[in-house]
Amino acid sequence: MVDKVTKTAAEALDGLLFDGMTIMAGGFGLCGIPENLIAAIREHGVKDLTVVSNNCGIDGFGLGILLESGQIRKMISSYVGENKLFEKLYLSGELELEFNPQGTLAERIRAGGAGIPAFFTRTGVGTLVAEGKEVREFDGELYVMERGLTADLSIVKAHTGDAEGNLVFRKTARNFNPMMATAGRKTVVEVEQLVAIGALDKDNIHTPGIFVDRIFKGAVFEKRIERVTTRQKESV
Amino acid sequence: MAWTRDEVAARAALELQDGFYVNLGIGIPTLVANYIPEGVNVTLQSENGMLGMGPFPYEGEEDADLINAGKQTITELDSSSYFSSADSFAMIRGGHIALSILGGMQVSEAGDLANWMVPGKMVKGMGGAMDLVAGVKRVVVVMDHCEKSGAPKLLRQCSLPLTGAGVVDLLITELGVFEINRGKSPVRLIELAPGVTVDEVREKTEAAFTVAV
Repeated sequence: MVDKVTKTAAEALDGLLFDGMTIMAGGFGLCGIPENLIAAIREHGVKDLTVVSNNCGIDGFGLGILLESGQIRKMISSYVGENKLFEKLYLSGELELEFNPQGTLAERIRAGGAGIPAFFTRTGVGTLVAEGKEVREFDGELYVMERGLTADLSIVKAHTGDAEGNLVFRKTARNFNPMMATAGRKTVVEVEQLVAIGALDKDNIHTPGIFVDRIFKGAVFEKRIERVTTRQKESV
Repeated sequence: MAWTRDEVAARAALELQDGFYVNLGIGIPTLVANYIPEGVNVTLQSENGMLGMGPFPYEGEEDADLINAGKQTITELDSSSYFSSADSFAMIRGGHIALSILGGMQVSEAGDLANWMVPGKMVKGMGGAMDLVAGVKRVVVVMDHCEKSGAPKLLRQCSLPLTGAGVVDLLITELGVFEINRGKSPVRLIELAPGVTVDEVREKTEAAFTVAV
């Protein structure tokens, strides 16, 4: 059996990184991001990256650290409002940006991983997003054609995994991770818990191991929260 | 007196009906959850991948793996479920969500909505807004009636890049409520905030509208 388990993020990425490549990175905001793999990519120094990710981290954390190091050439995202450096680099022309509606981005990745080269959606009809794309009428409604999306590498964060690469995500940290796991020509996963084969409930595996090439237990999970929002305990 | 932010949210909450699956946008729309009428049970969807959003956690009980689409910490309910963003937008695009309440920068007579970018100035992105207006059955926009400069935001035509064309059903501002009906009929002013006159609304609105208050 091919051993998918590695000890470190650097080992998991060994031989998979090259300049000019496309990388998909899971996460929504800072929730469910592969923070160990992002740090290892920064350490490696690979550059001219096209990064597909819903957001681009924040200044100083998540994908934001790859902006600071100048390793990202282009982002494909739906929302980048949390990142001042991003706005500066984009408005000065140092960073290329392709905005996709969030659902279109999710579906492009799902389609790419499922071998579907294109699909039609009503999202974006009559907006900048539809410019230059085929628009077709189905049953009296207009739809815009969007392309499936794949990547050279997907970096994914799951909560629990086993040596087979079977994955279980936790709460809203799932987000883009399962689709991205399917759409990378290579998929590398970091988990908080690496459990023995047989320990996961086979009926409740979110991503089957076929989509996973390498897996490791992350050394550190800082799991920063962007907007801590709480309520007061009612005094009883 | 024009409505406050909370009063606008409370008015928007009257659009909720028992049994609705609802998606609330960021800003004033998030406040709508505080004003859900007595006896009305709705399930709140968060487009990052959750149905059945609970209230904000108590201090010290925040979970980094549990946030809403505005990246705020939240809690789960007994009835909650989690899913991927692809499944989430299948719900949205597939017409399974009854109502979305969103913020806006501009709304036009034709029911167009602009709320995601100001060319050359603000680069944030559309997030899930374009999918929501394309797929959700009823779209309610809440926004300030005018810009800080005093320029109107309910216009003949939007000048900003659109989020969707012909997508707005209802608009609620601090001055009143407008039936937009996705541009299929002329805009109608159907409610005025207390103390606000039709003349004041006309002065602050570029779009043509009929009055039915």
